[in-house]
Amino acid sequence: MALEKLELKHVPPTYHVYGALFRDVANTDFLHKQLLSRNSEFEYAFIDASSVISRLHVLSAVYSAINVLLDGTLRTPNVHSEIVVSLNTNNNIADAYRRWGITPGKTKDLIVIKVIPPPQSPAQEQDETATTQQQQQQEAIWDHLRQHVQGIPAPLTDAELAQATDWPKVRKYYRLNGVPALDRLADERERRREMESLVVMGMALRGL
Amino acid sequence: MAPTETHQFPPPKVLTYHHHQSSSSSPPPTLITQGAEGRLYKTTHLTRDRPCALKYRPPKPYRHPVLDARLTKARLASEAKVLERCRREGVSVPAVYAVDPAAGWMMMEWIEGVPVRVRINAWLGERCGEEDGEEGEEMDETPLVDLMKRVGEAVGALHRTGVVHGDLTTSNMMLRPPPPPPGQVNGREEEDNKAKVLEGEVVLIDFGLATQSMSDEDRAVDLYVLERAFASTHPRAERLFASVLASYRDAFKKASSVLVKLEDVRMRGRKRSMLG
Repeated sequence: MALEKLELKHVPPTYHVYGALFRDVANTDFLHKQLLSRNSEFEYAFIDASSVISRLHVLSAVYSAINVLLDGTLRTPNVHSEIVVSLNTNNNIADAYRRWGITPGKTKDLIVIKVIPPPQSPAQEQDETATTQQQQQQEAIWDHLRQHVQGIPAPLTDAELAQATDWPKVRKYYRLNGVPALDRLADERERRREMESLVVMGMALRGL
Repeated sequence: MAPTETHQFPPPKVLTYHHHQSSSSSPPPTLITQGAEGRLYKTTHLTRDRPCALKYRPPKPYRHPVLDARLTKARLASEAKVLERCRREGVSVPAVYAVDPAAGWMMMEWIEGVPVRVRINAWLGERCGEEDGEEGEEMDETPLVDLMKRVGEAVGALHRTGVVHGDLTTSNMMLRPPPPPPGQVNGREEEDNKAKVLEGEVVLIDFGLATQSMSDEDRAVDLYVLERAFASTHPRAERLFASVLASYRDAFKKASSVLVKLEDVRMRGRKRSMLG
């Protein structure tokens, strides 16, 4: 199964986060329509992988959205749309959907994130069954994704994500052109790492 | 393991979510320092392998809650913006990982190493022992002078970007050790330690009082505060402060006029006179 359970620090353990990557997705039209019609079976964060540089980049957005969810101050319909909005460096929601969300006919590689908050009734939280329940949950999500996303599953790793990155686009979205801190770095690896830092910082400062 | 028992104060909520599975256990957050305005914890950012510093400004019970929230938010935002500006300009400062202005915390890159203050004192202390009272004529000051130059460059780079720190001391500068060369032998580390004590990159930290300013006056006061702090923390190295200023002078174009201003500030102290 290519659906990974993502462990994030500073997130309550009762919240489950899953992530997957699909390459060469053929039915972005269909997926986009499900989002527009608010189909509750498609409560996922669909992220265009070409606007993303690394796993940390995605995880930072996921964390930021969950933190807002915990706080009860979502600015968009749900935690999944909030993830997409968290990738932006400003508060323009429409812009964020266009840049990081799914675009029919354009999006090729797709990151999928699913956040499951704890069940409303605390009675369900029995330690004995928690693990099996969680596994069933993970399998159910994966079955649903495999059924409806027509693409090639790939692990959500830095190496896979790097292949999908459209650097000129990322540099534009995160204002990384003509930045002295990057221009003085000769080593490409170091420069990538510093870009990641600046990207995460730009997201962290959104709305301040 | 009881995770948070060592805290003197209740930690911020963000540090209270613990995973109990052994697979995700990591060291519990530890309180590093407690200042007038806030506390600094060491914890991890998102994944176990990313150490981070969490700066927390707890609510002040004596302030009106609305005012308190607004002040906390404004200060965190200002600190984060200054750090971003520095970082983009290539000044060595911690990166910001996440900010929650409503909850009063900010996660930042954990800077390895120790404060410059500690290293200078360690170095001076050691030399003192070796010379044994003799007024160190033979004492080779090159490594210390070299560190002073790096301090001057760091402050110069900061001022060049239009930021003044507001609380420059040798405690608010970290000496980050250079990354270990690939394939280093463990045993060799010890014998070189003495020479390496002053090595590393100067990283400025704690921008809680920083402001954006390009004025000679503000920059000169920044230098003056550092000069005074230096004199009281390292009286035996006071005369080496000239090396800080010398390398500062070369850091940017307007530095020399800042140094002229510094003369004025020395005459009157940090505060400006209300009379003309």
